[in-house]
Amino acid sequence: MKYVDEYSDAEIVQKLLAKIHSTSQSHPKRIVLMEVCGTHTMAIFRSGLRRLLPSNIRLLSGPGCPVCVTPNHYLDKAIAYARKDDVIITTFGDMLRVPGSSSSLEKEKSCGGDVVVVYSPLEALKIAQENTGKKIVFLAIGFETTAPTVAATIKIAQEKNIQNFFAFSGHKLVPPAMQALVGYKDLHIDGFICPGHVSTIIGSKPYEFISEQYNIPCVVTGFEPLDIVQAIFMLTQQIVNSEAPKVQIQYRRSVKEEGNLRALDLMREIFEVEESNWRGLGNIPESGLKIKEGFSAYDAEANVPVQVEETRENEACICGAILRGVNTPLDCPLFGRICTPESPVGPCMVSSEGTCAAYFKYGDYGK
Amino acid sequence: MCLAIPMKVIEIKNSEAVVELGGVEREANLQLVEDVRVGDYILIHAGFAIQKLDREEAEKTLSYLRQMAEMV
Ligand code: SF4
Repeated sequence: MKYVDEYSDAEIVQKLLAKIHSTSQSHPKRIVLMEVCGTHTMAIFRSGLRRLLPSNIRLLSGPGCPVCVTPNHYLDKAIAYARKDDVIITTFGDMLRVPGSSSSLEKEKSCGGDVVVVYSPLEALKIAQENTGKKIVFLAIGFETTAPTVAATIKIAQEKNIQNFFAFSGHKLVPPAMQALVGYKDLHIDGFICPGHVSTIIGSKPYEFISEQYNIPCVVTGFEPLDIVQAIFMLTQQIVNSEAPKVQIQYRRSVKEEGNLRALDLMREIFEVEESNWRGLGNIPESGLKIKEGFSAYDAEANVPVQVEETRENEACICGAILRGVNTPLDCPLFGRICTPESPVGPCMVSSEGTCAAYFKYGDYGK
Repeated sequence: MCLAIPMKVIEIKNSEAVVELGGVEREANLQLVEDVRVGDYILIHAGFAIQKLDREEAEKTLSYLRQMAEMV
């Protein structure tokens, strides 16, 4: 058991698809399923699944790409940090090329800004230990999957008495964003493919209100082709058979109902919930994480003062509406012509998990 | 960005593990997980293990899927 190859058996995928075709055939309406998570969006495009589904099942990509939903204001502040001589910015690679109001971290780097791409917040901590004369600002973006790793890193910084490591928290929480989505009148969703790794941390319970209050079935799903096909099958069954909507876990090898309690405890020890601004979705109550006062010594915003330029949005980019599920990249006049992965205009084209990047790379415009 | 990769634990020292996939070795911090042993598969995200994969559940899912496929 390697936990990967076993779940991409093409023959079983084909057979399950046949089942989905026969189950959905009898359904009088089109079934719209949203994959909330950007890693799912990529997995779905890579496997070519969209083309293989019946024509009355539509997959919609949601706001689950952390880089894409990070608003310009955050980027502008990160860029302002990068312009300070005594600061080294440490960041996940996807953030580098995202355009802010007038610059990007990549541009700042080429103008001499100290910007280092790291794979883990622990690497940022190591850089702090090696550069005691500098302030190391780690761009802490990501959902519940990533926030515990940053919380653990802050704890380690405290234990080792490292005083020049600062996290700039842009962490966001997935269930409140789903609640915002189901509230949009111009968006109809019949079922949610819920993120497997966010749920590895938070469990399946935080989605229950969506099934119970909004009557939308949810399936917590893994990332291999069989996982995704099974989840679509489970959702279609719930919808076609008009079962009482419920939350089911497909990704049982990783997700427990209660989640990863150790990771949750640590996350709650370091962070508190606050309102947060999402690109495309606006301010959503209790959807972000800020560093608690007791740990403010590790909070970039409390320790590294900066002047941030006035935030401007690129009017032509409709990334926001795409993140809201009401438009697709094909509705954007810049898509593929002016905006490409080589010269991205908006974050949805920069991030490898962005919907525009997925459409561009896989050319899968069918549905 | 929520990508996490199953890797096999080949060594454990305190709260760090050496994990392996396809001949590539990496270090992973074990603070977020419990009861990890050499030979286990753990999901690695941003340098941390975020879960130990449950072999029994993994096999259950697969055998369920195979059964379903036979019923077509
Ligand atoms: S194609 Fe480019 S400009 Fe258009 S919505 Fe996507 S990221 Fe924005």
